[in-house]
Order: sequence, then structure tokens, then C-alpha cells
Amino acid sequence: MPALDTTRPVLEGTGVSPGIAIGPMVHMGAPIAELPGPVSGGGPDIEFGRAQRALDEVARDLEQRRDRAEGDAFAVLDALSMLARDPALIDAVGAEVDGGRPAPHAVDAAIAGFRTMLEAAGGYLAERAADLTDLRNRAVARLLHLPMPGIPEHEAPFVLAAEDLAPADTVDLRPGHVLAIVTSRGGPTSHTAIIAKAMGLPCIVGCVGIAEVDDETLVIVDGSAGRVTADPDADEIAAAERRKEAREALLASSAGPGVTADGHGVQLLLNIGSAAAGAAEEVDAEGVGLLRTEFLFLDRTTEPTVEEQTASYHEIFAGFAGRKVVVRTLDVGADKPLPFVEPGPGDNPALGLRGWRLIANNPGLIERQLEAIAAAAATAPCEVWVMAPMIATVTEAEDFVALARAAGIATAGVMVEVPALALQAERLVEVVDFVSLGTNDLSQYTFAADRLVGELGELLDPWQPAVLELIARTATAGRAAGVPVGVCGEAASDPNLALVLTGFGCTSLSMSANAVAEVRAGLATTTLERCEELATLALTGTDGRDARTRVLAALTG
Amino acid sequence: MSTETTVEEQVTVASKVGLHARPAAAVVKAANELPTVVKIGKDGRVVDARSMLSLLSLGAEHGDTVTVSAEGPDAAEAVAAMVALLASNLDEAS
Repeated sequence: MPALDTTRPVLEGTGVSPGIAIGPMVHMGAPIAELPGPVSGGGPDIEFGRAQRALDEVARDLEQRRDRAEGDAFAVLDALSMLARDPALIDAVGAEVDGGRPAPHAVDAAIAGFRTMLEAAGGYLAERAADLTDLRNRAVARLLHLPMPGIPEHEAPFVLAAEDLAPADTVDLRPGHVLAIVTSRGGPTSHTAIIAKAMGLPCIVGCVGIAEVDDETLVIVDGSAGRVTADPDADEIAAAERRKEAREALLASSAGPGVTADGHGVQLLLNIGSAAAGAAEEVDAEGVGLLRTEFLFLDRTTEPTVEEQTASYHEIFAGFAGRKVVVRTLDVGADKPLPFVEPGPGDNPALGLRGWRLIANNPGLIERQLEAIAAAAATAPCEVWVMAPMIATVTEAEDFVALARAAGIATAGVMVEVPALALQAERLVEVVDFVSLGTNDLSQYTFAADRLVGELGELLDPWQPAVLELIARTATAGRAAGVPVGVCGEAASDPNLALVLTGFGCTSLSMSANAVAEVRAGLATTTLERCEELATLALTGTDGRDARTRVLAALTG
Repeated sequence: MSTETTVEEQVTVASKVGLHARPAAAVVKAANELPTVVKIGKDGRVVDARSMLSLLSLGAEHGDTVTVSAEGPDAAEAVAAMVALLASNLDEAS
């Protein structure tokens, strides 16, 4: 790490969403762990009234937030508000105040009683115990006139500091109001990181020092560098403003195909699945690098007919005239079961029958899908490529390509997400028209780390050199054979990692729509030779964090 | 109060997950809209259907028989509505 020639407190973390923000920092309200000793209250009647009012106010607040929410967040807030109005809870609070407790202590004790009951029951009921804790924290904060846990209410736009954000907290994140997010915990794959990226907010995670910064302190957050400057002087503010404006101007002027500063083309494509397709058509990208076809099949009790499938594919293809669409065949199984797909045995879903592996148990399923894609492609105004997920051997790749060709598909390839296949890259590129690296699953399988286990986030960091090594190997094989090698996982949406992938020789990068401008701007200011240097540097990292830090230091130093 | 009629009816819980999660929430919502207080009992315990916490504590599973009861002039109507709800597939209620 380079020495920083500044006397200002600079805090380091992991930048997970780029951009610069300048504003007052406000901590998320922390739950009140221990109540102050009970002060003698105003007698049972008055204390009961206080407690009832507090619960009612909490319920109304939750109901208001619920009405602004959708989907899972709606359900979470609806259940919480219902608990706040629960007559059994009110009765229990009544019993506690009659026993002489003041309102906050009565609420605390009453809720603790129910929590014990639910925890003892286990399973689903134990999960509701966490809702009760949340409710207790809210009601107690109100009674003690302390800040409400959750996103703080703040007049002016602010930088939000927190330990980590829970899904329920993110409902209240309003872009334009929250300028950036800095957390002291959490990793690059945490919920906070995903939400911040989706909202286009600069975000730094794992910034331990942020907990020590006082509320209302002016901070500069540089999400690209993973750096927070607390209490900056006028020169630092002016410099940050200039960089912010320059960056915004660069993004605004970014247009057209992906190309490095010295003219090396890297296709910028989109990851889409169904409903998003309409909006995606408007994005300045060179097509679709990953069309997830599961949407056609989920929520169905029977397999959609070939005609139905053909019509759906055709509708999507029509929106990308003159561009490219890479279709991925059905990727379901074990953890995403379908009523009409026989999943076979197995207790370990990610390692079971999924993707291409379903073919053995479900005769005709993939053939019918390929028939529909070919039929839609025949009259499509765009170039249609087709690939299969979860291919593990060169033989499986050969089998899929043969099947696709028999269906009349001109360009057939496979996903590389099983490490075994990356290790066979030299032979693989002899039998396919193209390769697409799915870095999320490739990480999960390389590290024997379940993608759904939050604690393993560090291992699943797309910067992990072991995964980069597999990508480099595949890209090198592709380049030697003249076979395009793209990346369609999370890795491609990180503007700095995109430079590394380009340096390895990847020919296309597929990402969510809001990442395109940022990646394009990064490429436009970097030469291919520089990308190759950064790629070599990333491989020398000792882990994901180290690889990221080395590349960042080279870019900013 | 003793002269008022008590209406009582038994019903089998149809929801696949029992009276938890969304089905329990649907019961609470419906109970709050009924003209009189409806109670649900199982294994000798009787609770207010407007209380999520009490319903959860009953631990009523799919296929369990519960007793729905209410008092007063609107009792018959309220019990019938709650019985119909419990006998329906609440899993898809949101």
C-alpha cells in the first residue's frame, strides 16, 4: 500500500461500487442493547399509556414504509407491523406495568417472553423471534427518545455509515437522499454491496474505521479507491469535486462499442432474464451476453410448448436488431426445481443434477428448447448464439454442440463454470464456437464455497487469483484458437476487474445494464498493454483482497 | 353475557405450512375485519384470532383440527367466515 501524503484521517475499506460522494456522514441508529436502570414511572396507567402509544407509533411507521415497499420487503414490514399491533403483546405489556415496571422495561420484558417461546419452538417460529427483536429495538428507542434503529431521518442528503445493512433497511434507501454507503463489516458479496451497485451508489465495505467517525462529520467517499477522507480541508474538497465532475462527464460522454484507449475492441453486453428485456433494449450495449431462459419455465406446472417458447424468444430477439444475443439453455435443477423436470436424487443441490446434467433424466427437454430457439433465430433480426450451462467435460461440450447443430443453430458454445472444464480449455476450444465464463459459479466450485452462505463472501470475491488463473487459462486457449471467450458473471461488472479480464484476452464482458457506462469509460482510458500489466499483477495477489489492492494501487499510484 | 349464544365449529387446517407465515397473517387480517372477536382453539388452548403471536403459539399444522368460536349476535356469521378461510388454501394468499 502506498504511503498517503496527507495529515487528514483517511480510512481504508474495500470499494465495491465506484463513484465519489461528498457530504455529512450519519450513522445508522444502533439498537439499544441495555436499558438504563428503571426510573420510577408515573404509575401503571400512565406507563401503560406510554407503551401503547409507542407501539402504535412504531406500527404506523412500519405501515407507512410497508406501503412504499414491494415484494419481500412488503411482506417483512407487513409482518412486523402486525406484531406491533398484536393484542396478546399489548396484554403482556399491561401485565408488566401492573407489576411495577416503567414502559420501556415493560415492553422489553413482554417481548422477551414471546421471543423465548418462539425460539423454543425452532424452525420458522425461531425466525420470527428476530422480528420481535427488531420490534423491541424500535419501541424502546421511541420510549427512550433515542434515534430509531434503521436508516436515519436526515434533512440534507448524507453518507450512510453502518455496521452492515439488513434487507429490511434497504427499503428506505432513496437515491439522491443517501449519497453513498460505508459499512464497517460485510464483504464484496454482501447484501449491502449488491444493493449499492444496483442503485448506482458509491459504496465501501469492510471500512473498520468508520465506526469512530462522529455523526455530521463531512466526508469524501471514493468508492473506486475504497477510501474515506474524514473532515477534509478546502483543497481536498475542491479536488474531490473536480474528480467527481470529470467522472460524471466521462460517463455521460461514454457511448458506443467497448474499446481500449489504443483501439482494442471488447464487446460490452447485457445479462438479462425476461421482464428486464424491454428496458435493456434501450441500453447502449452491443447486445445480450447472457439471456437466462429459466423465466419461461418457472411458475409453470407443465413445460411450455415449442410454439410458446419460440414466440417468447422471438419477442426478445426483435428488440436487439443488428446486435448479438447469447441464449443460455435451461439452468434449473435441484435448488430451483420445476414440477415437470425430474431432478434425481442428491442432498447437495449445487453439485447435483442441474443445467446440462438434466438431460439424462429428462429426454427431449433440451431438444425442444433448442428447436424453439432455432425457429426463433431463423427469422430474428439479430445474431443468435446458444450455450449450455454446467458443462464439465469436453465430451459433454461436443454432445451439446452436436445437438445444437442438429437443431439448426449456427453458433454453439458452452459456459465454463466448472473448474474441470477450464483446466481442459485447450481441448475445449477445438470443439466449440465460443466460450462464456460464469464467474459466480466458477468461484463457488473452485473454492468449495456455497454461494448462499454469506460468511464465505471473501472466498467468493471475484478478484480471487485462483479464479482469475482459470479465466486467464481459458482466455489464452481461446485466443490461440481464435475462439471468442466472454465473461458473464459478477466479475465483468467491476470496472477495474474488467481491465484485468481484458488483459487476459477476454473478448466480451456481459453485465447488468447500469454497469455498462462505467466499464466502457474505464476501458476507454486504458491501453491494452496496460490491461495486460494489470492482469499479470492481479495474478500475483495472495487472495481476492490483495489482488484488488495491488491493481488499485497501480491504477491510482 | 351468559345468555348470548356461543357458536363453535371444528375445521381442518388446509394450509400446507400450517398456521404460520402468510396463512397466519391472512387469519389475523380477516379476524380484525370480522364484526366480533373470533377465537381459535387447539388441544384445550383457546386464543384470540387477531393475535399473530397467539396463533403462532398454537402450533397448528396442516391437517390439524382446530375449533373456531365466537359469541354474540354476529357469532354465526363470523365463525362461518373464519372456518371457510381456514379450510381454503391460504398458502397463496399474500
